[in-house]
Amino acid sequence: MKRLLVYALLIFISLLFAAPLFWAVTTALKSPSELYLFPPKWIPTTWQFSNFAEAWTIQPFTLFLKNTLIVTLLSTIGQLVSCTLVAYGFARFEFKGRNALFLVVLATMMIPWEVTMIPQYMEFNYLGWINTLKPLIVPSWFGSAYYIFLLRQFILTLPRELDEAATIDGASKFGILARIIVPLMGPSLILVGVFQVMSCWNDYLGPLIFLNDQSKYTLTLGLSQFKGMFGVDMQSIMAITCLISIPPLAVFFFAQRYIVGGIANTGIKG
Amino acid sequence: MAQTYRQTAGNNAASFTLGRRRRWGGAVPYLFIFPWIFGFLVFTLGPLLFSLVISFFDWPIVGQVHFIGLGNYASMFTDDPLFWKSFGVTLKFAALFVPLNIVVALGLAILLNQGTRGSAIFRTAFYLPSVISGVALAMIWSWVYSGDYGILNYFLSIIGVQGPDWLNDTKWSLVAMVVASLWGQGSMMLVFLAGLKGIPKDLYESASIDGAGAIRQFFSVTIPMLSPTILFNLITSIIAAFQQLTLALLLTGGGPMKATYFYAMYMYENAFKYYKMGYSAANAWFMFLIVLALTFLVFKSSEAWVFYEGEMKRKPQKKSKSGGKVKSA
Repeated sequence: MKRLLVYALLIFISLLFAAPLFWAVTTALKSPSELYLFPPKWIPTTWQFSNFAEAWTIQPFTLFLKNTLIVTLLSTIGQLVSCTLVAYGFARFEFKGRNALFLVVLATMMIPWEVTMIPQYMEFNYLGWINTLKPLIVPSWFGSAYYIFLLRQFILTLPRELDEAATIDGASKFGILARIIVPLMGPSLILVGVFQVMSCWNDYLGPLIFLNDQSKYTLTLGLSQFKGMFGVDMQSIMAITCLISIPPLAVFFFAQRYIVGGIANTGIKG
Repeated sequence: MAQTYRQTAGNNAASFTLGRRRRWGGAVPYLFIFPWIFGFLVFTLGPLLFSLVISFFDWPIVGQVHFIGLGNYASMFTDDPLFWKSFGVTLKFAALFVPLNIVVALGLAILLNQGTRGSAIFRTAFYLPSVISGVALAMIWSWVYSGDYGILNYFLSIIGVQGPDWLNDTKWSLVAMVVASLWGQGSMMLVFLAGLKGIPKDLYESASIDGAGAIRQFFSVTIPMLSPTILFNLITSIIAAFQQLTLALLLTGGGPMKATYFYAMYMYENAFKYYKMGYSAANAWFMFLIVLALTFLVFKSSEAWVFYEGEMKRKPQKKSKSGGKVKSA
């Protein structure tokens, strides 16, 4: 009896959670004549797959896709490289001020972005980086507190004998990192990569503030401009919404195991 | 896992002292953490201090810069009705969102933790909305909430309720924001789920031997054992509530009648619509201090309600802000 009740609740709530997504997908497939009806039609009578291609050409979405790919790829590589170096530094060396510095790393996670946003804008403006993709890429090459924390925790679980054996064999510190540690870090590097790809792909406020020319837009910024644009129908908005949601959903399904474990273990990803 | 490391280090005491000098070795460690140090100075500490400095200036993006002392703060408090309005909206949003977020995330986690088959599938269903971008989320909900053609009002009409025009109704727009935000908060549910899985089964067994029913067990075992996780999620929710900007920009634009004019949006407009950089920096610092104060109060109160396993009567340490979960990481 109790079991039945639990199932009923689980199914009901899943439907509640899925309904808006489902509604977005079917709207994207509707013909304009079925769009504004009350009561609404859940399933369109004819499925208009051409909606996707049409919506894609209303704005230069291929260009936006290219920009998004550049930012996502370069910033993810940057995070992986820089956070691995820094995490290794914190995990495997004893040096003056290490613990204090690591506390500072953790403390930076508490600083709201809004406080540093304006000076960062002025900084990038001074450098002539506004309206380029650089503000969205370059900071990623200098590490990010959450990822550093995550990778450091992982390196701490690797036995030190490995390092010591490699040292005896004449490996340098960097050689140990590159040839011993990194090959063992697979799951945690995947986790960081997946988090960074998703947050970069989904980012809206960064592009909103640092980009103003349409030729530099990312996909999320392009989609946000859709709303209220003259002559853009709901099926086009939903078509683009669905299209740009596919990559994060695909990444999630691919890496679900890592993500669920990663969030559960550190609990910091907000 | 940290233990194993300590053990091996102890077993190899000789090699440990031998390697010690090398590990202290000079500049090498700093080379490894250099990227972070540089980034911290240039993208965090520098901007942080600079924003404090410009908050004492009248600082338009182009034109003359004037030092005005506490002028920005004074005019914020005394003659800017929008400051109080937006601060009030954010407080109202936080008051609704934070408790609901905790209750919903915890409720879903408990449902998923009943040991029913296929719970991984349901977990995925609850988490999916958290994967897509805030922009996509806003687009979907603005269509769901549509007064004339939205599915929400369609469902309501089935049970005979005439739904409002959610996003254009001063009474409902903020509630609509809360619901849309709750839809995308799956990671908190995952954190709770991990916390629930960490509660030893024998606690429930001995509680039921002592005659505690399900409800009693929930309040005497689940809640105390989960309290560090609740503390962590509480603080994350408060911070998230104060930073909510994307939904306001895209769902309502702050309207109707400024009913969803969040504090973050007020700050954003002062900076990037009116280009009052100094004033907006002062806004940001005020928010920062409020969030710090709230976090501090929550920590203070946590001494009374957070139960740390294995810390007999010792005061809970502030440092363990992720509430013991770090241990398992």
